[in-house]
Amino acid sequence: MNAKTRAGLALLGFFGLIAVVGPWIAPYDPSAMGPDLLQPPSGAHWFGTTMTGQDVFSQVLVGTRGVLVVGLVAGVLATVLSIVIGVSAGFLGGAADELLSALSNIFLVVPALPLIIIVASFLPDSGDLLIAVVISLTAWAWGARVLRAQTLSLRNRDYVLAARATGERTWRLIVFEVLPNLTAVIASGFVGTVIFAVLLEITLSFIGVASISNWNWGTVLFWAQSNQALSQGAWWWFVPAGLCIAFLGTALALVNFGIDEYANPRLRSAGRGKVGFTPVERS
Amino acid sequence: MSVLEVRGLSVDYGTLRAVHDVDLTLERGEVLGLAGESGSGKSTLAYAMTRLLPPPGVIRSGTVRYKGFDLLSLAPEQLRTLRWNDIAIVFQGAMNALNPVASVATQLLDVFRAHRPSMPRAARLARCRELLHLVGISPDRLDSYPHQLSGGMRQRVMIAMALALEPEIVIMDEPTTALDVVMQRQILEQMMELRAALGFSVVFITHDISLLVEFSDRIAIMYSGRVVEEAPAQSLYRAARHPYATGLLGSFPALRGPRRPLRGIPGSPPDLRHVPSGCPFHPRCASAMDVCTARTPVLAPVDQHRSVACWLEHENRGAT
Amino acid sequence: MRFLLRRTVFYLVTAWAAITVNFLLPRLLPGDPVQAMITRFQGRLSGDAVQSLYVLFGLDQNTSVLEQYLSYWGNLLTGDLGLSFTFFPTPVSEVLGQSMPWTLGLMGVTTVISFGLGTVIGVYAGWRRGTWVDALVPVTTFFSAIPYFWLGLIAIAVFAVNWQVFPAAGGYPAGMEPGFSGEFAGAVLYHAVLPAVTIVVSSVAGWILGMRNMMVTVSAEDYVLVAHAKGLSQRRVMISYAARNAILPSVSGFALSLGFVVGGTLLVEMVFSYPGIGYVLFQGVNAKDYPLMQGVFLVVTLAVLVANLLADVGYLLLDPRTRREAW
Repeated sequence: MNAKTRAGLALLGFFGLIAVVGPWIAPYDPSAMGPDLLQPPSGAHWFGTTMTGQDVFSQVLVGTRGVLVVGLVAGVLATVLSIVIGVSAGFLGGAADELLSALSNIFLVVPALPLIIIVASFLPDSGDLLIAVVISLTAWAWGARVLRAQTLSLRNRDYVLAARATGERTWRLIVFEVLPNLTAVIASGFVGTVIFAVLLEITLSFIGVASISNWNWGTVLFWAQSNQALSQGAWWWFVPAGLCIAFLGTALALVNFGIDEYANPRLRSAGRGKVGFTPVERS
Repeated sequence: MSVLEVRGLSVDYGTLRAVHDVDLTLERGEVLGLAGESGSGKSTLAYAMTRLLPPPGVIRSGTVRYKGFDLLSLAPEQLRTLRWNDIAIVFQGAMNALNPVASVATQLLDVFRAHRPSMPRAARLARCRELLHLVGISPDRLDSYPHQLSGGMRQRVMIAMALALEPEIVIMDEPTTALDVVMQRQILEQMMELRAALGFSVVFITHDISLLVEFSDRIAIMYSGRVVEEAPAQSLYRAARHPYATGLLGSFPALRGPRRPLRGIPGSPPDLRHVPSGCPFHPRCASAMDVCTARTPVLAPVDQHRSVACWLEHENRGAT
Repeated sequence: MRFLLRRTVFYLVTAWAAITVNFLLPRLLPGDPVQAMITRFQGRLSGDAVQSLYVLFGLDQNTSVLEQYLSYWGNLLTGDLGLSFTFFPTPVSEVLGQSMPWTLGLMGVTTVISFGLGTVIGVYAGWRRGTWVDALVPVTTFFSAIPYFWLGLIAIAVFAVNWQVFPAAGGYPAGMEPGFSGEFAGAVLYHAVLPAVTIVVSSVAGWILGMRNMMVTVSAEDYVLVAHAKGLSQRRVMISYAARNAILPSVSGFALSLGFVVGGTLLVEMVFSYPGIGYVLFQGVNAKDYPLMQGVFLVVTLAVLVANLLADVGYLLLDPRTRREAW
């Protein structure tokens, strides 16, 4: 594990901790209005206050849980979907493969944001879990595509053919012979989906499609934007939440680099000097 | 007269030493065979000579003398002009050696563009046709892309490309491994005819001892990054002196000459991470003595044409 | 040619699927909000308009789903997407027609710049891997993790509110009459700078990272080693051998990234109140303008499909092995 991956995991652990204890350590009720209106950061309000005197720091702390829960739930659902569809397509082949591949390609090409906006606005209630489900429905296709390709190349390896020849059942073959070899691909797909889901959820909250009664970083930005925090120079209202998103995204991406380098050794071997001219270092 | 002289060449992969203080001389017009199991360092040696070893390879010591230059001390730009002009390489696995998105013509013309900038375009094209003709490919294949050619044809294109500038030295790294036996022979025989006609020297690397014995003038056998025996091909084949060389020759059937019983070498090929002390071959050697575990034998001449790195030989000659 | 034919068939199927989903969604999900909206506008809607909204959202209980589906297609093919509630009583197709050029212009230009810039930087970063250029990786990762809209907010705060060098909103000055004059074109460019830079900065990181990783992977291929051995110039090896191959996955992946880019552009338009599709969508979301939202989805999807087809043509030109599928 290299420094990049370790840094990513550490950041991720930090956000995970906040997600668990955030609501307890928050100094104020995030929705409670106070007497200090639109104050810049101070000892009493680390991230300043909103137009109605709410504490931005508490909002960010409390909102972490919603972000991570939606990200994880959507990530898990989408990964399960991508495994089921991708691995079956690759393993079954033939017409089933054609059909499932076409399905994932359609989902890949159709732009997710407008579709989700429509679905979410038709839904009577758009709470966190429902949003997570909707996101996962649009996020599985990339993973399915990668897994299908990997499964295809695994399917004809000797040990799978051997297991097949001994009359193993298909599902046992998939679970015990194929899946363990896809771990890195699945893990990388999962992390990628979580990034996607987190960004999408925050976006939906920001434009006001998802329920704004649940606190998350996107909701903070929604209120900042609808109260014209920008033109009033209240930078503290939208900077912390945005930085949190960027750092969470970076942490997840760094973890994914680690997985990629594990799966693709060419990315890992650190090269020095120019390619094509082996260095001569006489000792 | 020698064209290439390697002296004391050592190569590391990170902390692992892949080539150990190797001396090697390539005579003008000869075919020098490099033999050894995978991991013996034969390809590493060949690529290090021209500084083409990909990362994490690093050259730690030695000189490679060619026409009065030390290739290892040249500036990149000098080395670049020397490459292909003087030393060309026929790579292993023709499948991937050609750029999949460029036509055969483009890849041949690239060589002239880089090294013969003043040559007129028509002359370059004519030369490309001539080269393809030389290796037995119809010149109208110039516009083909690699995926449109068979494996044998791709290998011939590689050979044509290697000969484009009439180099002094051609390094052939497992040039026929991906091909069937009949094609292997055809291509190698053609290569030898071309060598006779054009007069270049060849470093021929393969794990296929029978091909090596048949096509080389001289053979150097490598084990665990060292040359353990070097001798004319025929005398090596008739009577190898290093126990590893004996084993290696015994593990392949002879294509020509008297039949011999087949033997293998016990144990597994050298692992760079766990190189035994003393002579690296001693754990697999039937004749190992106490001295073999303690000290590494150096390559030393045992007669006019042969050098061996083995304590048995040194004892025979009374050396310690 | 077979390749393009296959792709075209696939895009037609996708278009059909998107249109059908658009048709089914309001019928599967509770339709009360639409009914409420129509009721609100009842007095001001003509009979035809009400009828087309009924067709659009399946509120007409007397016809079968199949009949509804057919008349839905009939409306679509005549360009009838219903009336917008937000811009009442302008037809949705007209609203989209007015905003589409703005989005196409903004997105077209930024995508070309971003792809070109990202590819060039990525090629260099991959080629010079193991040097100081590697420091680019964590930086670009951070930038690619920043949501487009937040970067837009920051850009406005810094360059429009704090320093007031660029306008904070709109596609042209409020009082100016749109037309084909040099003055208007200049104003449009001036207004587009901040949104465009925001989109480029957010999206370029992805191209850089992807291209860098492909360069690193391709640099280990035999044909790159051969190019070095041939004594070609560094430039020639980098461009014609390494980058030329590394760009192929980038182009075939272009299609897949387009969804992200579109989403990002829509958001930036929302933040900058840029008169394109994204801002229209934003207004539609706030007003629960269902016909408008559905129209946006359809138009955006069709545009993405066309762009995909163009990317496929590009791939075809770049890779002689057309039998190798782009997917």
